[in-house]
Amino acid sequence: MNIVVCIKQTPDSAAKVVAENGQVSWGDSPLVMNPWDEYAVEAALTMQEEQGGDVTVISIGEEGVKDALKTGLAMGCSNAFLISDPAMQNADSQAVARVLAAAIQKIENVDIAFFGRQAIDGDMGVTAAQTARVLGWPILSLASSVGAVNGSIRVERNVEEGRQVVEGKLPVAVSVVKDIGDPRYPSFMGIRKANRATIPVWTLADLGIEAPDTNVRWPEIMNPPEHEITNEIVSGDSPDEIATILADKILSEKVL
Amino acid sequence: MSNKILIYIDQFQGAALPASWEALGVSSAIASDLSGEVLALVIGQDIKQVVSDAYQYGADQVYYADDASLKDYRPEPYTALIAKIASEQMPDVILFPTTTRGRELAGMSAIDLDTGVLPDVTQYTIRDGRILVTRPVYAGKLLVNATCDKNPQIITLRGRAFDKPEHDPSRSGEPIQVETVMAADDIQTEVIEYSTAEDGVSLTDAAVIVSGGRGVSNNPNLTAPDDLDEKQAEIWRAQQGFMLVGELAAVLDAAVGASRAAVDAGYVPYDIQVGQTGKVVSPDLYIACGISGAIQHLAGMRTSKVIVAINKDPDAPIFKLARFGVVGDLYQILPPLTETLRERLDK
Ligand SMILES: Cc1cc2nc3c(=O)[nH]c(=O)nc-3n(C[C@H](O)[C@H](O)[C@H](O)COP(=O)(O)OP(=O)(O)OC[C@H]3O[C@@H](n4cnc5c(N)ncnc54)[C@H](O)[C@@H]3O)c2cc1C
Ligand SMILES: Nc1ncnc2c1ncn2[C@@H]1O[C@H](COP(=O)(O)O)[C@@H](O)[C@H]1O
Repeated sequence: MNIVVCIKQTPDSAAKVVAENGQVSWGDSPLVMNPWDEYAVEAALTMQEEQGGDVTVISIGEEGVKDALKTGLAMGCSNAFLISDPAMQNADSQAVARVLAAAIQKIENVDIAFFGRQAIDGDMGVTAAQTARVLGWPILSLASSVGAVNGSIRVERNVEEGRQVVEGKLPVAVSVVKDIGDPRYPSFMGIRKANRATIPVWTLADLGIEAPDTNVRWPEIMNPPEHEITNEIVSGDSPDEIATILADKILSEKVL
Repeated sequence: MSNKILIYIDQFQGAALPASWEALGVSSAIASDLSGEVLALVIGQDIKQVVSDAYQYGADQVYYADDASLKDYRPEPYTALIAKIASEQMPDVILFPTTTRGRELAGMSAIDLDTGVLPDVTQYTIRDGRILVTRPVYAGKLLVNATCDKNPQIITLRGRAFDKPEHDPSRSGEPIQVETVMAADDIQTEVIEYSTAEDGVSLTDAAVIVSGGRGVSNNPNLTAPDDLDEKQAEIWRAQQGFMLVGELAAVLDAAVGASRAAVDAGYVPYDIQVGQTGKVVSPDLYIACGISGAIQHLAGMRTSKVIVAINKDPDAPIFKLARFGVVGDLYQILPPLTETLRERLDK
């Protein structure tokens, strides 16, 4: 099985993110592999253990994104490629999807492309489906478990109304959620290997494509308005008394 | 020439999701601003009710595709239909509710129509005939204003961020049937089986949510059956705690949520996790029981209108967001709280 995992580098989920002079600032919090993408790497490695083959991690971003790719190598992925091009600086999700699709085609004979559910910076949650659409592959999104059954991939997926089991013919794109299983920690040997690896960089010219159009612009980044919350601690002589006071206070907010 | 707004009505087994009507309400508002008309699209099988409701919630024209090959949602044939209608009708804007299907279809349609997508929008204005949207990023830690320079402008609207329009039973119209685009045999996926979630209020639609965290398992006065090992005993205790959470939720017609710690410890399924890597919710009332209020949890519920926190630790960060806080043991507070509310609400 020839597997690709698309990963993004994002600020750590615990970062205190604020807008400063119209720019996003995450202080001195580290940049890490998007937490959802760790699950995608886990799903890919598990699939490889069952089916054999290679797992390649790819990412579109700047030079520093090599660190996130190295995390992928340290976890056990076989290869990593960075796609970096000044033309991608303000790329929107369509442009990202078209470039990821071109990279997946360049890798050749890919059977499955894994994605995270969404990137925790832009919260778009569309790139997996968009890349699949560009490739003309079926998308199996929000998978909580993934297995191979003769020429198809079978996933269980979470939707509003319950769980669905869906099969898609290879090649497919799969986006995963947490239930897939905890991401493995990088092994000592993996970290050594990753540190020594040189990660090839592809430009759009290397992929044989022009910069795709970006149609979405986000000229303003803002801190959310401060909610004026009056904090009130409810106390009383007994749990019963506290509960009664609290119940009446809740009712007085007229939200029930 | 009239400006057209196309709206995808998300439905499941013949019932529309509430966020679909909210999005239809926004479609009507945009249409009246642009002196345009609202075209609604319904896809599935046995969807008559949804089609007539679409007129009654404000659509000017309803298109529908009703076919056995569309019974189970599959993104490929659905996208092909949306792209076909959009290419024929040339709408300026296509709206979707931010449901799992709506978000996916919006993204894929944007590829087919070679335009941009703005998912999970919570506010909008119209400037020079274009839609300027506000959407939360970094799990709501920031907001961005964004636009799409090309038509159709594809936008998905977050549930509960916009009012549901009036239902006007006197409205009706002649729906137009659309032929399927993909032959059944060309669809590369197949839905093998389905299990619907237990009945109950869905987390993202809920007006009231009662959530439990790791603290729910912390009751030293409970003695677990002695054939359980330590881990099983913890889960057993957590189940007693979540029972109290569930009883309060039942009285309030609320959904039950959880922190990641409660999910990771195996107390409850991941489906109900609230937070940055769970569901982002914005109910009118959020009651957090035994949840400390880690930044990743707050990211998923901070826009709730009224937050109530019950926690033993007076320094728990959740209290900073809470309109009302109780410093105390949830095992002592929840039962009388549930009883009092049951009486007051006449349940
Ligand atoms: C990448 C990443 C993503 C994450 N995403 C999420 C997410 O989506 N959602 C999420 O929730 N977390 C998320 N987390 C985890 C988050 O950091 C916290 O670990 C988690 O929210 C803590 O859950 P908790 O409040 O239930 O547990 P704790 O922090 O252990 O808090 C338990 C609380 O219960 C109180 N308590 C104990 N006993 C009682 C009692 N009897 N009565 C009343 N109060 C009691 C305690 O005082 C304490 O405040 C994420 C973490 C990472 C690293
Ligand atoms: N720049 C990128 N490079 C590689 N993969 C990406 C990139 N951006 C997004 N992805 C993938 O697409 C998923 C969804 O991202 P998004 O649609 O941006 O929320 C992520 O979890 C990644 O798997």
